[in-house]
This record gives sequence, C-alpha cells and structure tokens, in this order.
Amino acid sequence: MVTPPPATIRCCAASGCRSAGSRALHEALEQAASCGNADARPRIKAVGCLKLCGRAPLVAQDLPDGSSRLYGGVGAEQAQALVGPLIGPNQASLAPYAMDQAHPFFALQQPKVLENCGLIDPESIDDALAHGSYTQLRRVLEGFTPEQVREQVKRSGLRGRGGAGYPTGLKWDTVALQPPGPRHVVCNADEGDPGAFMDRSVLEGDPHRLIEGLAIAAYAVGAQQGFVYVRAEYPLAIERLRLALQQARAKGLLGPRLVGSNFQLRLDVRVGAGAYVCGEETALLASIQGQRGTPRPRPPFPAQSGLWQEPTLINNVETLSAIPGILREGGDGYAALGTPTSKGTKVFALSGAVRHTGLVEVPMGTSLRTVVELMGGGTPDGTPVKAVQTGGPSGGCIPESLLDTPVDYESLRELGSMMGSGGMVVMGETTSMPEVARHFIHFSRQESCGKCIPCRAGTVQLEQLLDRFVERRAVPEDLARLEELCTMVSCTSLCGLGQAAPNPVLSTLRHFRAEYEAACREPRSCEPRTACRIPRVAASGALS
Amino acid sequence: MAGGKLIPSSARVAPGLEEQIARLIRQQGGRADALIEILHRVQELEGYLSPSALRTVAVGLGLPLSRVQGVASFYHLFRLAPPTPHRCAVCLGTACFVRGAGDLAVILANRLGVKLDDLSGNDLWALQSVTCVGACGQAPVLVVDGEIQTRLPVDDPETLWRRLAAAGLPESPGNGGQDPW
Repeated sequence: MVTPPPATIRCCAASGCRSAGSRALHEALEQAASCGNADARPRIKAVGCLKLCGRAPLVAQDLPDGSSRLYGGVGAEQAQALVGPLIGPNQASLAPYAMDQAHPFFALQQPKVLENCGLIDPESIDDALAHGSYTQLRRVLEGFTPEQVREQVKRSGLRGRGGAGYPTGLKWDTVALQPPGPRHVVCNADEGDPGAFMDRSVLEGDPHRLIEGLAIAAYAVGAQQGFVYVRAEYPLAIERLRLALQQARAKGLLGPRLVGSNFQLRLDVRVGAGAYVCGEETALLASIQGQRGTPRPRPPFPAQSGLWQEPTLINNVETLSAIPGILREGGDGYAALGTPTSKGTKVFALSGAVRHTGLVEVPMGTSLRTVVELMGGGTPDGTPVKAVQTGGPSGGCIPESLLDTPVDYESLRELGSMMGSGGMVVMGETTSMPEVARHFIHFSRQESCGKCIPCRAGTVQLEQLLDRFVERRAVPEDLARLEELCTMVSCTSLCGLGQAAPNPVLSTLRHFRAEYEAACREPRSCEPRTACRIPRVAASGALS
Repeated sequence: MAGGKLIPSSARVAPGLEEQIARLIRQQGGRADALIEILHRVQELEGYLSPSALRTVAVGLGLPLSRVQGVASFYHLFRLAPPTPHRCAVCLGTACFVRGAGDLAVILANRLGVKLDDLSGNDLWALQSVTCVGACGQAPVLVVDGEIQTRLPVDDPETLWRRLAAAGLPESPGNGGQDPW
C-alpha cells in the first residue's frame, strides 16, 4: 500500500518562527513540493502561531485521513522529507523533530480565541471565510438588535482581557446608553508588557477574528467609526491587519451598508511610536488624536467622553476576539467555562525559565501549577521553579508554594499580583527577587510619561533604593522607606501605570522578604547569605 | 534630552524633502490627528526627524512647532539626531532578562566600546535596550542591523563570542580586542 503524502503543510509565519528562519523553510517546502508528482503535491500554507514558540520554526502536516502531525526545530534540510509520503526513510528522518501532540502543553489547551490561529492563512480572507470568519457578524446584522448582542455579551460574563477585568457587557451598555450622537470603537493593541505576545499572535495569525469582533462591538454600541491602535514594534502584525482590513472592505464586510444592512463602519489602523503608557486608555485616546500620550484623570470615562469628546468604547484585542465565539455558542455556553467570577478562557504567553515556551489558552481557573509545570514542563534543567511573574510591570511574583492558585482575576489580585494581559514569566532558583523588582521599576521609570509627580519622581527614588538592595549596601531603614514609598506612589499616581508600578516590589517584599533582608548591611538584621543567591548582574559587574 | 534643544529658525530643509513632506501631509488629508503617522513617514525618509523637518511638518499641518516638537520628543521611537550607521538592540524584556540579558548587555557594551542607550554610540555603532521584540520563546535575543539573533549562550563565553562575531559585531579597538573574560 502506498502512503499518500500530506495534503497540506502548515508552516508557521508568525514573528517568533520568522526569527528562527521559517521564511527560508517555507521557500524550501514550496520548492520541494513543486518537484513532486503534480497530482500529489501538498499545499504549502503560511499560518499564524502554532503555539510552541520555543521549538521554532514549527511545521504541521495535515494528512489525508484528517489527522495532523507537528514538527519543531526543523530546517530547510527537512523540507524534502516533510512534503514526501510518510514512509520509512522520511518518517525516520523526521522522528527527532516530531512533537507529541498528546503532551499536556497541547492536550490541555482549549482554543477559543486562538481556534483558527495556526490553521488559517492570515493573509487570505477566503481561507478565513472558509473557516467561519464573519459568520457571526452576518448573523448579528441580519437578525439581532444591538440590545440582543449586548445581552449575550453580558450573559457570557466576559471581562476585559487587557488587565483590569472590567465586565465587557457593562462597558458596552455604558457607551450604548449615552445621549444620541456619534460614537467610536477602539481596539487597544498596544501590547506593551514585556513577556506578553498574545495579542500579537492574534493579529498575526487571525486578524479577521479581531475585525469581526470589533465590527460586532461597533454595531452593539452604535459606532460608525473605529481605530485599532497597534504598537509600532509589531511590524508584521500591522502589515497583516492592514491587509485584512483592505480585504474586508473589498468584500463589503466593512464600509457603507455592511453586508447589505443599513449599518456602516469605517476602521483605521493607528500605529504607536514606542510609549508603554499609551496602553492606558486615556493616553491611548490622546495618541490616536496625534498628541503626547499622557493620561488624564477619570471621570469622565472614555465611555462617556473619549475620542473628540464623544462616547468611545475601548476593548483589548483578546476581549474583542472572544466576541464571535460568544455569539456562536451563546453567552451561556461561554459562561459554562471558567470560575464563578472569571468566565471563559485566557491566553497566556509562557516564557522565561520554562522548558516549553509559547502560547497557551486554558479555561479560567486552571491552576498556575498546571500551566507552568504540567504544560510548561517546569524549568529546563529540572530545578524547582522559584516564582511565576504575571501581569507584567503592573503585576507581581507568585512563589512556588502558591502555584496551586487558580488563575482568575480575584485570586491573582489577592496574592498581590494581577491577571494583566497574560504574560507569564517563569523564574528559576538563580533569579534574585530584588533584582527582578528593580528590573520592573527601571521599566516603569523609563516609561513614566512625566505628567504626575508621584510616578515621575517616585519611580526614580524607588529604583535608587532598589539599587542599594541589589548591590547589597542597603540598611534596615531602607526596607521601611521602600514600603512607605511604594504605598505613596500607588496611592497618589494619576493613572494605572503609576498606581501599579510598585506592585512588583510589594509582591516580592511580601513573598521573598528574606532576600531583601539578606541584602541589608547590618549583620543583626541579616539572614544568612545562603538565603539569597548572589544576583547575576552584580557578579558580571566585575567585567567593566 | 533632545527635547530641550532649540530649533534654529534658519534651519533649511534638504532639497526635495519639503515637497515629500507636503505630499505625506496631503496623503493624510492634512489632518492634525495624523501627526504621529506623518512623523513615522518623515523619519523613514531621513532616518531621523531633523529640526527643519519638524518645522516643515508644523507649518504643513498648521500646528504650533511646540506641539510637533513635544510629540516627537515624547515617543521613544522618534529619533531627533541622525542614527549611527550600525545599530544593535538588546532585548531587556522580562523573559530575556530571566535568561541573562542583563549580562549580555554588559558584554555587548564592552565589546563595542559604547554605553548602553547612548544613541550617539562610538559614531559607528550604538547599543540600545528594547523591551520585548516578541521572540520571548527564544530568549535572550539581539537585533543587529535589523537581523534578529536568538538564543544567545550567555553562560558559554566562547560560543557567545563567536556568535557575536558572526553577527557582525566588531570588537572595540578601545579594549584592544581583549576578551573580557
């Protein structure tokens, strides 16, 4: 019996795999396929993120029987074997690259937002349509009132995936129920947290899902124009989003008389210019209007007075990308997943000292231990995990002893961290916590917009204080000063960036206080030196 | 900070640039809210935003120069001085940081003989830090003249030294070509 070659080969073309040479691999696959028998040529398809970024570049084979195989770390040398029939020599040469798809990393994922990511060609709207994109938009425009759409979103229990977790349905209602007049929708794709790449993966892998979600949101709140604000550091995401918008306009899925209805929508892309603070909603609005990205006091909230002082709905990429799925399954269907207060699934970007790095989408309420140790496979050298950082510069470090905590908005906040946008950085034994705290404060200090004094000056002072701990020249009073300053900065700063900037310090102080105490000079208050490993940068300081 | 510099009123725009900027502004419908978009495009033309280019943009959009200068100096990606011919960016995002990017930055600064985030560098090379280039799965990473270098072996000096050389990063004459180890 002749084993047929794969019908389709999906080659990851997201930035993670691109940086590992997936473009050359794609060309090699095209070439290898073109040499074969014309009747049995596999189709080579560029797709979005295949999730296990740590083994980039990734390639999936879709076999004629409907099953698929995944390979990681393959190079152009394997192209010939990948396109050929799955028989002895080919199979043997590919064996070292084959990924076990029954591994928890893949098996425990429940893709909702990412369901088409890695399956469809993000540059082809026809492929997206064939996988069901825009079906819900059509359905909504043909048979739903805006109130009915909002009702489904409220029933789903969806909360903002950008970090704060505000109920999405409630926000939509607030915008929709403003006095009559123009409204705007804005998608916040200014994913600036270091270690977070979920939104980028959606933009690069399935941009039509976001456009569909945004169009449904616009219909539900009565907006006729909108913006997607993307950070400039994501050139590939911007390129694909722009292309997707063009294709959607050409198909009549955007523009005047959407899908033959009376509803019209104009969507534009706005590109940031490297300012983390623009992820804060009022700063983002200022930036869309061509101004310095500085936040302003709220209220009025953007839902009441946003772009050009008109009611504006701002949602994050992941939030909007969940909308088509919610309408398909119904709000109640979506709410069946997750915990009582946090519904649905959440995408996390798993990185740092962990064996399997990449994207995971799991139901809310999954424990951190499941994500980090079972799916992520623990640290690369098998040493214990020391802590997991969630929430980026606004979040905190959760120690290994608390890894059984379920992932939901409230549980993480109780531990002094936060959900944030979904970055999850694993730290091994050798990572020094005061140094981690300084790393984040350094980031917040650089990114402070300078408008309010507690944040502008407070982060400078915090960084200087933390320098003393990292360099082991702090005195016990510095510890009290550090705590006092953290409280002051978080209570008195104008926006979320400043208010949350001390979180990495406070959470490491709470869970790893011994490391700070060990860095104090007075022997009386010192822990034994073994309580804290010597920080890495201090050790390499000898170089300069 | 470049933001504090005064712009000489006598500054002349390079020939042709004025028309190019005028065209860019027309493409955006002359809308003042497209200022950031326009500044991105102008920077692509010259590699940076010269004082005269900023002045031309301000006039073209009918905005006060202070507003244009304020925006240009606010955002990290806008350069107000000509860039060095070669550039190296080291990612100090959390994932890279956990995998030793702090050490890597020190090594690079030594190798190139430049200071981290001093954009004038040594006139040939400049080293800057960035937070997250989106390759967290392959940390730590560098971007050398637009080419990304992944999984740099910070714990293996010899291999690292070879990888950096292969990436085109020269050893600074200042340290006499000495291996800092």
